[in-house]
Amino acid sequence: MKAVYLESVGVLGPGLPDWETARRVLDGELPHRAEVPRPDPPQLPPNERRRVPQLVRWALAVAHEALAGAERAAGEVAMVFSSSSGDGEIVHKLCEAVTSPEREVSPTMFHNSVHNAAPGYWSISTGSQQRSVALCGYDASFAVGLLEAVGFVLAEQVPVLLVACDLPFPEPLTPLRDIRLPFGVALLISPAPGNRAFARWRISLGAGVQPARFPRMLPPALATNPAAQALPLLAASRASTAQRVSIVYVGDRHMTVETSPCR
Amino acid sequence: MDLDGVALDTWIGRVGGVEEEQILARLAEFDCRNNRLAQLGLRQDGFDAAVALARAHYGPERIAVLVGTSTSGMENCERAYRQRDRESGALPGWFKERYSLNLFSVADFVQRYLELSGPAAAISTACSSSAKVFASAARMIDAGYADAAVVGGVDSLCLTTLYGFESLDLLSRRPCRPCDAARDGISIGEAAGFALLERPGCAQGGVALLGYGESSDAFHMSSPDPSGDGAYAAMQFALQRAGIAPSEVQYINMHGTGTPANDRIEDRAIFRLFGASVPCSSTKGWTGHTLGAAGIVEAIICALCLEARLIPGTLNLDRIDPAFASRVAAAPETRDLRYALSNSFGFGGSNCSLLLGRAA
Repeated sequence: MKAVYLESVGVLGPGLPDWETARRVLDGELPHRAEVPRPDPPQLPPNERRRVPQLVRWALAVAHEALAGAERAAGEVAMVFSSSSGDGEIVHKLCEAVTSPEREVSPTMFHNSVHNAAPGYWSISTGSQQRSVALCGYDASFAVGLLEAVGFVLAEQVPVLLVACDLPFPEPLTPLRDIRLPFGVALLISPAPGNRAFARWRISLGAGVQPARFPRMLPPALATNPAAQALPLLAASRASTAQRVSIVYVGDRHMTVETSPCR
Repeated sequence: MDLDGVALDTWIGRVGGVEEEQILARLAEFDCRNNRLAQLGLRQDGFDAAVALARAHYGPERIAVLVGTSTSGMENCERAYRQRDRESGALPGWFKERYSLNLFSVADFVQRYLELSGPAAAISTACSSSAKVFASAARMIDAGYADAAVVGGVDSLCLTTLYGFESLDLLSRRPCRPCDAARDGISIGEAAGFALLERPGCAQGGVALLGYGESSDAFHMSSPDPSGDGAYAAMQFALQRAGIAPSEVQYINMHGTGTPANDRIEDRAIFRLFGASVPCSSTKGWTGHTLGAAGIVEAIICALCLEARLIPGTLNLDRIDPAFASRVAAAPETRDLRYALSNSFGFGGSNCSLLLGRAA
């Protein structure tokens, strides 16, 4: 399988307000602190800004960080958005609305309920008419998104911004989905080793499940978040030697990423 | 309309036999309307048998499963909300997010039903979902992660989409009338559709996916861009990828939902790219708007039309909107067809066009 190149990263999670901090926490330079960030909505007219759902705010915050890190324009990159369970707050409100006697649904809530809301708002707020796709692979959503992104990069030879994001469900949905902490990550993956590239990846699928160890300096509760399955890979991609990382894929399969530094 | 106590003045396209469909015993935990509809779809036209042959040929790990859906098992979740505990608000114990509400449920179900173990994903970009699966499958095969792909789209009726489209004033009070001067909205339908894609030279079928084109409107979450630039770009990219000139396309299956804005904007985009010579029609008068399943339903209609040399008409069309400039086929026409284009546009400004061709 041909290689792809990691140009930049955006991260948002408890105690991980950006990639610079996350990098230092993963390297053991900084202790992990558990404050949950509150991302700002994207640049939109004020009445639109208020309506932007939480999951979209998280997704766009990490997407902007990765884009800036790669010194690229939004119009240059396609987007692959992956989320295991979408926006639970919206699911809850819609279900309450349609099972209430009035059955009145908010039109904004309804259009915000689409799984591609994040790429939709990304395109509206940046003006990019680039292609995007939104997908889901349950617990394996990060690996499913990564395979789609890498397939995209290899088949079309364009840079792709992979955004993976999951938030805990609100009551009464909480017991149904064990996602204990919020997390979002964006990876700018490119077909060629440009100036900014810092890791070279070769990705394959294999039999059996051999998940990589979750970084020990991070709270184990974060490992329940499907998007946070990116963290062992990011930790390995920082290493000065070649590494092999295993990520849980669909069914009884796993994804292997062979990563090596390219700086 | 006839759906569990729904009091909306609209028409729906409901698939018969979904209630009676029994989910395969080994997959019983996946039981919900959407997966019943998926299974009903998989059992049609010898599809599961064709996949079994491909599985023996390529190996189960070399066949991808990519399924488009917008609401997956949302209907199951709504049902659970109607049974919440009065005191605690808790949802009933039978409700499992993973096997119904979760978008991946339908892709997971299809992959297990067909006993495949290659790349898998649920693709959810609203009403372009099951057109996008073709693009993802082509990339997955091109990149070498699969030798073949089962692509599909499954969306089933639920309160959320019915009341959601009602809140946006997009439901027609009559069976939808795409391209008609008096069109007043969509009729929601449900559907499951599947196709098996293989590399050129390997496939048994006589119809090929020659190109796909994707774009984003960058305009609004639920209204299409009045300029039609996104729709135009998607169609143009599909032609470019296929290496086919606009004049070679002999039929366009429109997204043609029957809303005033969609059909007007799509007509202008088609006219800009194809002029007034290529016949186009919307088949949603027959099927209703099957949302996340619309892309594959209409790709299959195009494939059937290529084989039958038929340009379908536009059902319920009394008077073509006099403002339209493209050539809308009101009645069916018979002619030698080689290339057909199918359009799908979704909320979030997600556009996808597929170019299909018949082997010479």
